[in-house]
Amino acid sequence: MSAAVIVFPGSNCDRDCKVAIERSTGEQVEMVWHQETELPSGLDLIVLPGGFSYGDYLRCGAMAALSPVMQAVKKAADDGVAVVGICNGFQILCEAGMLPGALLRNAGLKYVCKPIALTVANGQTRFTAGYQGQREVVMTQGNGDGNYFADAETLARIEGEGQVVFRYVDNPNGSVADIAGIQNARGNVLGLMPHPDRAFEEELGSADGATLFRSVFAAA
Amino acid sequence: MAKVKVHVFLKPGVLDVQGKAVEGALHGLGWADVSNARVGKMIEFDIGDGVEDKAAEVKRMCETLLANTVIESYRIEVE
Repeated sequence: MSAAVIVFPGSNCDRDCKVAIERSTGEQVEMVWHQETELPSGLDLIVLPGGFSYGDYLRCGAMAALSPVMQAVKKAADDGVAVVGICNGFQILCEAGMLPGALLRNAGLKYVCKPIALTVANGQTRFTAGYQGQREVVMTQGNGDGNYFADAETLARIEGEGQVVFRYVDNPNGSVADIAGIQNARGNVLGLMPHPDRAFEEELGSADGATLFRSVFAAA
Repeated sequence: MAKVKVHVFLKPGVLDVQGKAVEGALHGLGWADVSNARVGKMIEFDIGDGVEDKAAEVKRMCETLLANTVIESYRIEVE
């Protein structure tokens, strides 16, 4: 089993993701530069990390979504490989059309950086199965554009299909329906604003992020 | 060669927090009659005459990169 972390110019949580996955699961993690057109073979998980790819120019994640490597990421997702986009990675997945909706500027205009409580809105996904009976988890939030938006029709569809995976207990950024993380209809692509990669050991304040990474490998 | 201007704004119904903040600041400075302030962006570039249907080409640029049509609308000017 193995994972890859995609590195865009301006990513700053790529190393965090590598360490978090290695320590959570013991699996091997490869770093893949955004100019690559092929991914390592046999991947079980691809992570798009947090950061400020391309300086957040134009729109957060807009240019990264058009990077050469994203064609390979889309193909892997089509083949059923698990893809997790964290923070800027979530923005990239939305910009790439791999997840519905978009991330807007935080309603309060402030960059929000703090530990954050989430409810597991769908515990039956390949990302959350490991939480079992645990309904509330804690991760760390750190973003200025984390205000999830989807039009009413899209929202009704993703709610109806169980695609909302995490919700904020106390909404920090104005996200519609308190949404913190969603998955695609097939259930193998997850985007979330909170960072599991900053909450994978008790020393970091929470180890709940580790369960997410373990769940992916348990399902693979 | 033609000058191209692309204006991008959040769609009506999508919360424009920057517009709200600017409007609040203008009110605070005494311009009480200001309403519906919105903050958008303008992207300007030149396009060579090798491109035949410039407007159609710029529209494709908007749909591909310059605007996110989930949340934004755009207006194109080709001079």
